[in-house]
Amino acid sequence: MSLLGVRDLSVAIGALMPVDGVSFEIAPGETFALLGESGCGKSLTALSLMRLLPPAAHIARGEVNFDGRDLFSIPESGMRELRGGGMAMIFQEPATSLNPVMTIGDQIGEVLRLHGGRPGRVSELLEAVGIPDPERRATEYPFQLSGGMKQRAMIAMALAGEPKLLIADEPTTALDVTIQAQVLDLLKDLQRQMGMAMLLITHDLGVVARMADRVGVMHGGRLVEVAEAKAFFRGPSHPYSQRLFAALPENLAKPASQPQDQTLLEVDNLAVHFPIRRGFLQRTVGCIKAVDGVALKVSRGGTLAVVGESGCGKTTAGKAVLHLLPPTAGTVQFAGQAVTTLAPRQMQMVFQDPFGSLNPRLRIGQIIAEGMRAQGVAGEVGALLEQVGLEASMVARYPHEFSGGQRQRIAIARALAVNPQLLVCDEPTSALDVSVQAQILRLLRDLQDSRGLAYLFITHNIAVVDYLAHNVAVMYLGRIVEQGTVDDVLRNARHPYTQALMAAVPRIDGIVGQRLLVPGDPPSPANPPAGCHFQPRCPHALAVCRETYPEATALSGSHAVRCHLFAA
Amino acid sequence: MLAYIVRRLLYAVPILIGVNLITFALFFVVNTPDDMARMQLGVKRVTPEAIEKWKVERGYDQPLFWNGGAAGLGKATETIFYRKSVRMFVFDFGRADDGRDIAREITMRMGPSLAVALPVFLLGLFATISFALLLVYFRASYLDAAGVVACVAMMSISGLFYIIGGQWLVSKIWHLVPISGYAEGLTAGKFLVLPVLIGVIGGIGSGTRWYRTIFLEEIGKDYVRTARAKGLSERLVLFRHVLRNALIPILTGVVVVIPTLFMGSLLIESFFGIPGLGSYTIDAINAQDFAVVRSMVFIGSCLYIVGLLLTDISYTLVDPRIRFQ
Amino acid sequence: MKPVLLWSDALFFLLIAVAVGGAWWGRRQAHLRAGWAQVWTSRRARISAVVLGIFFVIGCVDSLHYRPLLPQEEGKPPAHSVEVLSALDALLMPLKANTEKTYSAPLANELFAKETLDDGSRGFPALKYPGAHVFGTDKVGQDVFYLTLKSIRTGLLIGTLTTLIMLPAAVLLGIVAGYLGGWVDDLIQYLYTTLNSIPGVLLIAASVLMMQVIIDTHPDWFATAAERADARLLALCAILGVTSWTGLCRLLRGETLKLREMEYVQAARAFGVSRLAIMLRHVLPNVMHIVLIAVVMDFSGLVLAEAVLSYVGVGVDPNTISFGTMINAARLELAREPMVWWSLAAAFVFMFAMVLAANLLADAVRDAFDPRAAK
Repeated sequence: MSLLGVRDLSVAIGALMPVDGVSFEIAPGETFALLGESGCGKSLTALSLMRLLPPAAHIARGEVNFDGRDLFSIPESGMRELRGGGMAMIFQEPATSLNPVMTIGDQIGEVLRLHGGRPGRVSELLEAVGIPDPERRATEYPFQLSGGMKQRAMIAMALAGEPKLLIADEPTTALDVTIQAQVLDLLKDLQRQMGMAMLLITHDLGVVARMADRVGVMHGGRLVEVAEAKAFFRGPSHPYSQRLFAALPENLAKPASQPQDQTLLEVDNLAVHFPIRRGFLQRTVGCIKAVDGVALKVSRGGTLAVVGESGCGKTTAGKAVLHLLPPTAGTVQFAGQAVTTLAPRQMQMVFQDPFGSLNPRLRIGQIIAEGMRAQGVAGEVGALLEQVGLEASMVARYPHEFSGGQRQRIAIARALAVNPQLLVCDEPTSALDVSVQAQILRLLRDLQDSRGLAYLFITHNIAVVDYLAHNVAVMYLGRIVEQGTVDDVLRNARHPYTQALMAAVPRIDGIVGQRLLVPGDPPSPANPPAGCHFQPRCPHALAVCRETYPEATALSGSHAVRCHLFAA
Repeated sequence: MLAYIVRRLLYAVPILIGVNLITFALFFVVNTPDDMARMQLGVKRVTPEAIEKWKVERGYDQPLFWNGGAAGLGKATETIFYRKSVRMFVFDFGRADDGRDIAREITMRMGPSLAVALPVFLLGLFATISFALLLVYFRASYLDAAGVVACVAMMSISGLFYIIGGQWLVSKIWHLVPISGYAEGLTAGKFLVLPVLIGVIGGIGSGTRWYRTIFLEEIGKDYVRTARAKGLSERLVLFRHVLRNALIPILTGVVVVIPTLFMGSLLIESFFGIPGLGSYTIDAINAQDFAVVRSMVFIGSCLYIVGLLLTDISYTLVDPRIRFQ
Repeated sequence: MKPVLLWSDALFFLLIAVAVGGAWWGRRQAHLRAGWAQVWTSRRARISAVVLGIFFVIGCVDSLHYRPLLPQEEGKPPAHSVEVLSALDALLMPLKANTEKTYSAPLANELFAKETLDDGSRGFPALKYPGAHVFGTDKVGQDVFYLTLKSIRTGLLIGTLTTLIMLPAAVLLGIVAGYLGGWVDDLIQYLYTTLNSIPGVLLIAASVLMMQVIIDTHPDWFATAAERADARLLALCAILGVTSWTGLCRLLRGETLKLREMEYVQAARAFGVSRLAIMLRHVLPNVMHIVLIAVVMDFSGLVLAEAVLSYVGVGVDPNTISFGTMINAARLELAREPMVWWSLAAAFVFMFAMVLAANLLADAVRDAFDPRAAK
């Protein structure tokens, strides 16, 4: 007897049918993952189970049975008892999904009151989701909690009604990998303890591999494949599922281009500090050391990946290299010349957000020609568009006529227009679906081969690093903690943080292995811990770690690490 | 928190000085006192003696900024700028054309102004927020659409028509309340009912529409979806979650006007003959009593700046994100 | 006949030329075309636009001014009347010229008040033009319908010229403050906070009083009464503009602050594009929707403000025909027994139609162009 039975569910928005005839079942205690790329209808499916569709959408046909009841024939008042009671939901963005002006305790207490729980259970619940000092946390507001903590509080809220089914809509997508690992583990533990079923909605094959018992793959509003997770990862049967696997960066064929020996970009002791002003005179009482003494080298035709979690200062460092942000200290040398004001045209940037990086009021041709005009470089816009895999006839169109991947190609063409030798790429694929990401990565690789481009590639995605980079620098709280070749860092990581980062990445082979789970959240760069910044979370912390920040130790000609464990 | 308020207070000082300078420039630099005298006395047949007399009566016979003829400190204080502008900072406004002390007049007239403006403000706020919540509760229905159209229609009627229509209907046809006038104490009630009612009705259209927009914007946010997913009823979602968050943007527009309530309403007071600051201002404008108008400009700005301060403080009360920083 | 181009006429036609030019240019801009197409899908907006269009045509016709040639006397050079008329007056000559002695009700055949008739008895004297006055006549016997039509131009001018005057300052200062930041931003913010803290009506009242002093002490500046009234109208627009640019300026500053951090602006900076070019190419086109919304939203408020200000005595010249002066004159008539209601009713109907149409159109424009309203 299944807990949830969905039969032929279809959701309509106007004339469109974004969910079209979806059928699946979930057994009690089971985890069913709904996998798909953006716009495939997976979130709408989840919302229609709660009957919380946005006003524009409505259920066109189908039937949902939950716990022996026909969901679509229950009156709205009865539905309210089910929501939060029978089934609960957690959302992607913990930052916006909590009421900003209500305390965590009040928000959880609300569920307890509604669904007959004891009011005193608030701190029990907070403790159960691993929030330390629950009594105090219950009196705090969402903005006082870190992103991971907020998502834990969301989970506590969902559990408060002791639901039989937990719907988790991309629960870890907004979180960093180390936090994602913590939250996934927490969800798994809680599910086991409470015997809940879980509908996990995600785009991430790694998350599916770690969590799911069974998988449903959605594409274009339809459920194209339903399979046992083990069988699915051994060999997916639907062509679309196979394409998804093939597009994973770790499955892309890695060409063997090698950088030249010549150094193109050399950054030394780079620092960007933002002052913190307080008091009524707005005196500077301290500063946020977003970037704090970073040294980098990029060779001609090579790729250096800067890896780190959000807030580690990697984007700030990238902008400071181009002098888009004024550095507080340090030197940037490009092709032997010191960069002091604005970076030379040979250095350009590709941004993260394909929707924010193109001026919506200009035509594609004007966008690409802007740099050429400003720098007095001759060139042909049409030819550039063809180089990035678009058509020359597209020059007269506006950005809104293009998809995210196409826009990112346009942004790359714009940067290429002034014949740069180095591109600073700031998470250029993190807003894209995995299949589109694969195309952009291949394009970047091809351009490197054909033009001898060098990349300073800023990312949080380890799999992408492995495909694209020659060298890797790992950043934590404004400093580089480990640096070396791809093999040095990814396969022979020595710094405990790097090791934790590698272990936290969900792998599709499902190997969980001996995991090093780092506890806690990254500290604030405004108030870094004494000594080594990582020491409060480090499983191997020594006494000396609490006192001094470690100097760099060279482990080999290419591999360096800043950790007391390896100090000579 | 304290430092924050102190900083806001200090920030108000240059603004107040700016206002003072603007009023001074407007009243004494754009036109010389001679020009003003000439206009008030009639441009055609005016003698230099009459102008001089007019200026002496009002204390406009001194130099603008620097009195070379005076002794010591008097060089700076025996001037129009000091007498008429700097003295305003200590609320010394001098005398009106009818010889009365303006500051005294202002304190006396604040009461009646407030007696009308405060109920209009409170009842209006309550009515508009209630209507807006009602429309939002029934959003995307015919009631909502009709409500919005009604709001726009009400906004499109000049405030003058509300007053004239109200006076005509309630006082002249129905004889429910006196058409105008004012009394002290409890008897004021019968004089106040109609102006307050008209003030409230006149503001319903724009107010309701404005709050409706704020509520709708709030209702589209993620945390509202979370609240629904908990199983809360739509009523609780609106009152417990949406209303509290919407209060933050509402406060910006609302708190700032509270101090300016003392200024009263120009139109309502003059139509209903209420002896408040609004009718005082109108009378001064019609009599071209520059001293009174100048004083009202300054007082109004002071009250507005107090309103800005109150807004800042009220944020800290409603928004925990500011309170804890 | 001698054509007269008043300053307000010139500005009004300039404004219409700008609007037409803008529309022609905007035809080729995809986002503008899409936005307007969405506006026109609403029946309410189409009707409003037609109503406003009629008002604008009346306003335009009323802005073609001339001084008629006086009947030539023997042996004297031809002379022109000091009275300035407009093409609308010429079209409505019967209405303008057919005045009665005093009040008469709409479509009435006799005067409103009893008088001693020629035969010595008391009665209602017959009108000179019975049944000709759709909205009746006012105290001095002028046709109320004629007055209402003449009020339209004043309302339109106040509603549009004010915006035209304040727009350049608001856009320039808003964008410059937001983009450049630093002390420029501080200064501009200080400027608008200070201006904003003076209650609007009082600042307007004070400015208008001062302007009146200037106009009254310099009667020699103006050749005709029409020119003087026109100067006062324009000055009122300017004063309203000075007091109303702060809101738009603050909005634009806020939006520019957001745009400054947009990645396409950063990309342009990485190319070494100058700050001026960035403001013109990247910031300005992306705040234009705010400007457009502000212009259409402000219009109705300004028309309403004119009535109040004229009532308070700091509006247009008392000789200028406007909704405000009509209402002001009409309010004493209500106290008469029996009541004279038609001037007020006529002013109410026309003003309501104009403001309602403007508000409804503004709503449609905001829904179409405001990204936040898109739902």
